[in-house]
Amino acid sequence: MNVALRLGSVVLLLAIWLAGSHLVGPRLLPAPQTVALAIVHEARSGALGFNLAVTLLRVAAAFTIAMVFGTVIGLAMGRIAVIDRLADPWLVVLLNLPALVIIVLAYIWAGLTEVAALIAVALNKLPIAIVTVREGARALDPSLDEMATVFRMSGWTRLRHVTMPQLAPYLAAATRSGLSLVWKIVLIVELLGRPNGVGFEIGVAFQLFDVTRILAYALTFVIVMLAIETFLVQPLERRVSRWRIRPA
Amino acid sequence: MLGEISLSLSSGEVAAVVGPSGCGKTTLLRIIVGLDRDFDGSVTRPTHGRLGVVFQEPRLLPWRTVEDNVRLAAPQAGEATLSALFATLGLAAHRRHYPGELSLGLARRVALARAFAFEPELLALDEPFVSLDAALVEKLRAELIELVSRRPTTTLLVTHSIEEAIGLADRIFLLSRSPARVIADVPIERPRSPRSAAELAVIRDKLRAAAAYG
Repeated sequence: MNVALRLGSVVLLLAIWLAGSHLVGPRLLPAPQTVALAIVHEARSGALGFNLAVTLLRVAAAFTIAMVFGTVIGLAMGRIAVIDRLADPWLVVLLNLPALVIIVLAYIWAGLTEVAALIAVALNKLPIAIVTVREGARALDPSLDEMATVFRMSGWTRLRHVTMPQLAPYLAAATRSGLSLVWKIVLIVELLGRPNGVGFEIGVAFQLFDVTRILAYALTFVIVMLAIETFLVQPLERRVSRWRIRPA
Repeated sequence: MLGEISLSLSSGEVAAVVGPSGCGKTTLLRIIVGLDRDFDGSVTRPTHGRLGVVFQEPRLLPWRTVEDNVRLAAPQAGEATLSALFATLGLAAHRRHYPGELSLGLARRVALARAFAFEPELLALDEPFVSLDAALVEKLRAELIELVSRRPTTTLLVTHSIEEAIGLADRIFLLSRSPARVIADVPIERPRSPRSAAELAVIRDKLRAAAAYG
């Protein structure tokens, strides 16, 4: 039933797309089969695979940097009042700085380099990760903390078995929103200052008014991200929350 | 909340602190184990300061199995120790269960197993039998007595129930209402296990008298 509904919804989307293509003409909106052929063509030449891999690597690197720093800073802010008060104004600034400003400044200050690109993306994701983890850190159960203190658990044991499992739902939320945000920003960063990647290709296609190619790259990337969500994020979430599933 | 209180335990002694609800027993216990530092006075803990605590709520990690909960608190405990503990407390079949799958009585036992596996120099128990039914309390008390006699452990039990105290302790400290102070320090000469009803009644009367006086 569920599968049928999902399939039906995809078919409906394709039908609307096809109708739209007939309505506005293939130059503005190429038909699904045209885009599919373009995907095959780009894949055969190797360009699709290469650009996809480059972009994915950037997503992975920027996401990891943002999550690691976001978790550390968020934990510190959620647990230590002084740090929270000191860092909160900076956090508000970072939260409200438009992505484009961060990207442009990073490129101006650090040059059109890979490092600048990754820092720019990570900085865009960082404040949201911090806010989410801070929320989780504030909700940590003090009674379990006392238990860990009494039984003299080492810092590592505490982090791994007491703190992180409590943060898991917050980290999962940060991952969900984070992955989609990061890949959108990676594309802008590539468009503005990288010689490869999906964003760069879309930039080229934009200059050539090549809607087919834009859709081909965008769709492929969406499918890859969907696969990551289905085959990586969701199973991980299930594993982390397996203790919740079986009620008494 | 607490008045002037002074109490000391000899090594291997099982003592109970009995007092009316709300007199600050839990606070006293938290001060003794070092979780509450906001007090005037001093606490001398055993040399290495290894304290096992059984809190009123079991305080288990819901995302770890029964066995992992015990092992994480007591990484030094060997398999033999653990099996013996689990067997005594009737937990052998629940090792792989998560705390959410256990009844309160079983969860309390896991908390007990964790505290004993830690091999504490001082074991502190905060109302370990509260909100369990009478039959279960009786069973758990027998298990606790067995554990304490197998590995003599200085134990401090905090409870509102005189019955619980006289069934378990070698010595009873009776606290007054808030601000609490010690109104009676009653040693019990007889060994824990075979205390007859008559003997228990004598101790009970003694405590009641002290409580009335205080």
